[in-house]
Amino acid sequence: MSDHAHAEHHEMPFWRKYIFSVDHKVIGIQYAVSALVFLLVGFSLMMIMRWQLAYPGQPLPILGKILGDTAMPGGVMAPEFYNQLGAMHGTIMVFMGVVPLAVGGFGNFVTPLQIGAPDMAFPRLNMISYWAFLPGGLIMLASFFVQGGAAQSGWTSYPPLSDIAPAGQTIWCFGMVLLITSSLLGSINFIVTIVQLRAKGLTYWRLPFFVHAQLVTAFLLLLAFPPLEAATVLQLMDRLAGTSFFLPSGLVVSGEQLKIAGGGNPLLWQHLFWFLAHPEVYVLILPAMGIVAEVIANNTRKPLWGYRLLVYSVVFVGFMSFVVWAHHMFMTGMGTTMSTFFQTTTMIISVPSVIILTCFIMSLYGGAIRFTTPMLFATAFLPMFAIGGLTGLPLGLTASDIYLHDTFYVIAHFHYVVAPGTLFALFAGIYYWYPKATGRKLNETLGKIHFWASFVAINFVFMPMFFQGMAGLSRRLYDPTIYAHGRGVQALNVVISWGAWGLGLAQLVFIVNFFLSLKSGARVAENPWNATTLEWATPSPPGHGNFLTEPVVYREPYEYSVPGKANDFSPQFSPEGDGPARPQPRGGA
Amino acid sequence: METAIPHLVEPHPVTGIPNGKFGIWLFLASEVMLFGALFSSYVLIRVGAPHWPPEGGLSSEVLNVPLGTFNTAVLITSSITMVLAWASCKMGSLPKFKLWMAATVGLALVFLVVKYFEYSDKFHHGHFPSHDNFYGIYFVLTGLHGLHIVGGIVVNTYLLTFGSKLWNVDREWFTNRVENAGLYWHFVDLVWIFLFPSLYLL
Amino acid sequence: MDETKYGWWLPVDVSTHGAKIDQLIAVLHWFMLLLFVGWGIFFVYCLWQYRARPGHLAIYAPVKAIATKYIEAFVVVVEVFLLFGLSTPVWLAYKSQPPDESKALHVRLVAEQFAWNFHYAGKDRKFGRTDLALIGGDNPVGLDPDSAEGKDDIVTVNQFHFPVHTPVILDISTKDVIHSFNIPVLRVKQDTIPGQRIPVWFEATDTGHFELGCAQLCGLGHYRMRADVLIDTPEDFAKWEQENAPPPQEAPAAAAPENHPAPEKK
Repeated sequence: MSDHAHAEHHEMPFWRKYIFSVDHKVIGIQYAVSALVFLLVGFSLMMIMRWQLAYPGQPLPILGKILGDTAMPGGVMAPEFYNQLGAMHGTIMVFMGVVPLAVGGFGNFVTPLQIGAPDMAFPRLNMISYWAFLPGGLIMLASFFVQGGAAQSGWTSYPPLSDIAPAGQTIWCFGMVLLITSSLLGSINFIVTIVQLRAKGLTYWRLPFFVHAQLVTAFLLLLAFPPLEAATVLQLMDRLAGTSFFLPSGLVVSGEQLKIAGGGNPLLWQHLFWFLAHPEVYVLILPAMGIVAEVIANNTRKPLWGYRLLVYSVVFVGFMSFVVWAHHMFMTGMGTTMSTFFQTTTMIISVPSVIILTCFIMSLYGGAIRFTTPMLFATAFLPMFAIGGLTGLPLGLTASDIYLHDTFYVIAHFHYVVAPGTLFALFAGIYYWYPKATGRKLNETLGKIHFWASFVAINFVFMPMFFQGMAGLSRRLYDPTIYAHGRGVQALNVVISWGAWGLGLAQLVFIVNFFLSLKSGARVAENPWNATTLEWATPSPPGHGNFLTEPVVYREPYEYSVPGKANDFSPQFSPEGDGPARPQPRGGA
Repeated sequence: METAIPHLVEPHPVTGIPNGKFGIWLFLASEVMLFGALFSSYVLIRVGAPHWPPEGGLSSEVLNVPLGTFNTAVLITSSITMVLAWASCKMGSLPKFKLWMAATVGLALVFLVVKYFEYSDKFHHGHFPSHDNFYGIYFVLTGLHGLHIVGGIVVNTYLLTFGSKLWNVDREWFTNRVENAGLYWHFVDLVWIFLFPSLYLL
Repeated sequence: MDETKYGWWLPVDVSTHGAKIDQLIAVLHWFMLLLFVGWGIFFVYCLWQYRARPGHLAIYAPVKAIATKYIEAFVVVVEVFLLFGLSTPVWLAYKSQPPDESKALHVRLVAEQFAWNFHYAGKDRKFGRTDLALIGGDNPVGLDPDSAEGKDDIVTVNQFHFPVHTPVILDISTKDVIHSFNIPVLRVKQDTIPGQRIPVWFEATDTGHFELGCAQLCGLGHYRMRADVLIDTPEDFAKWEQENAPPPQEAPAAAAPENHPAPEKK
């Protein structure tokens, strides 16, 4: 191998090094930063929506004027603008925020380092993935400026509504095709990298749990996304070429018979969509679990409890996630056999989730827990994910779903999984690997302020939604006070909105910390957290080609507090299993 | 400029294949899901239709079966020439490779030309995708397949021209690339073998 | 409308089948609470007991945790019970046993952006012929006024009257996009799928004025796609039927549904 010779080639032009880079670390950071920006955009859309929900029909101060008369006539939000915000919030958060951060960002940056690879298996393909993702995202955002505004049929884009929606929906479809392509190329890259490029001695049972999670995630992306691509192509045809794949005969829209051939089936879209979108839920949560596992093991200073059980569980979850999709469609009039099948598979998939959570909690038992900022976020992930997971039960059972389907209970449920669940785990990851990426630590005090403010605020946002859902309040309502049961829980909407704006403020702390620490954070050496996995054998930040010498793995990933050793961590890469492999130039944590 | 990636050319000891071949198999797995989803949609829409094709008659009367059969033969032949191109690489003959690869590209072009005539005939009769779902699914499936053919032509032409410079650098690497392109090409061929009977004959 | 019937939990239930659903929801939430609290106590204990502090070391050897196996087994058993003991029977009992056609009131519902059109068969209990081509501003379901069965049919917009203690069979369809028929107090919800007519049924146990809302995003007016649900005594319902019987020129639906203002808050 000649990577040493190559390491000297540092004088690349700027655009080659930072823009069209093929280095997985640069691409990972590009993904992460873009995704964080998109997350902020998606969150901002929601903060605007929350005004209308808290104070229906009242003009929004200042911003109402800026957004213009089409969106906010007289400063009051128009219903179609509300729908655009809702649809784009979902799309941005899922497809442009969480997945690119969890898979594109952390997957790209951390995975090759953790398996001791010099880069991804296909570096140029990796670059193409990013450069399909970014235009896809920007096109999506641009759709706000076309005639009729952005997509407004929900992130699920159910036809016929989406078939007859304004031009923004077409742009949504094109954006999705790019995002899907990006994910597909990325997932191929991840699988090949993890299978082919592992360092010497790094067997599957020595892989960090994070890598296992990424591997399963990549398989989900690879196999679940193509059906959505097919569905998107069919929807594009319906919209542009006048076909009627999702349109049955005899539709009358606004008193006019639709001039189409007909014969299509609107449920076809739902099947194709949810065939992707349920595995997608696990695409969101599995990398998060991977990050939590890393952070928990590192901060409890003991091996993960039930490591193999965890791996079996995620693989099983991955398989099962392909056969639960129709539990999103219980109310479409499906037969009893089908609904019983899908509620049974749904209950089955909850079992490995319980096991995963149990393993994490048992990992705390007997530890010596350091409450660093990443650990705070990872710890908070556990009860938040538990709430999200448990409240999935009434939705997965057909009988209780009759009442709860499409209410705010659903919103509360999946946000507990994705927002204080996955996003908290992703924050844990940012705080944990930021030193590796930049060579500096994020400020701990600001980090703790960020955590506690977010933790409190986010529960004010999502906890009241369970009660709104219980009261029967439907989702996606521009003005919930139309209904008597909506007026009954309107006070909660005010609480939620202020919670959301508070949550927004809390993120400012993070943004300040992010940039401040880039300039003046405490410098760190290779292994600031005294961790055991391979990424900590490289310099911080790692140079091109990652490892100074070819890494060799000697033991399991989480050998902390091994009896009889001088240090409480035995890195995978240290032959003696006794503290750092090389003397550290400067003190770590 | 680029870091040396392990198993770029030499096979991985456990999987027994280099990265590229592994990648192409995964890509094909996702392609199976893509076409599988479209096929399922086709089945669902067809099962829900009172008559297929909706305007009456038989698929074999609406579509041109002789042209379709001819195209099937063309694609199968191109798969054979593709294998011969790869075999020529294996046997160390670049000129023979170029001959067979040119034949493959040529046959692919023949396929597209025939497809062009089929399409323009349909358009002449006013049978656009919007005519009914039969034409809708026909144009989507064959159109997407056609795009895959175009993709194959681009890749094969690259290997035939600029890409063949790699032959002088690393023969094995180049041969692997030809093999990967071949795997893809056989897949595209295979999709057609499903498309032809299910659209034209059934 | 009685606003006190609505609070922060399930609203009043006025259906015959709803009690079972409410019971399932209650059992589920007690189970969830039990798991979460039990598990939370252990979680907080761990965080406190095993916090890093001088002189405290982590234990390398994994704990033998037999309790977790029991807890997981318990979770599985409870889930099986929820699945086959509660949810499936409730769903089966409700979904696969339609009421006796002869005793039930049969109504058709045609949803559209953004209104609910109810089509009652009238005195003869037979629906008149409907035709898409006849759909217009004052004929939202396209009823053929010349058909013999249609002469006494009643069509209402955003007004759903039915008698208490009588099974109602409602055939749900839609003219345009997917809507979802949702009456929280009756514990019914059913998506309207274009191209399909799906039957739902229920029986009210109490009279009153309630609401029907759309539960599936159907466009910019989704939020105001609301109808009044008026559960009458059988006598009141008969009276209503009589008062609203045609002449068809005076069909109760006058305005085009698109222009319907949002109902006033009461």
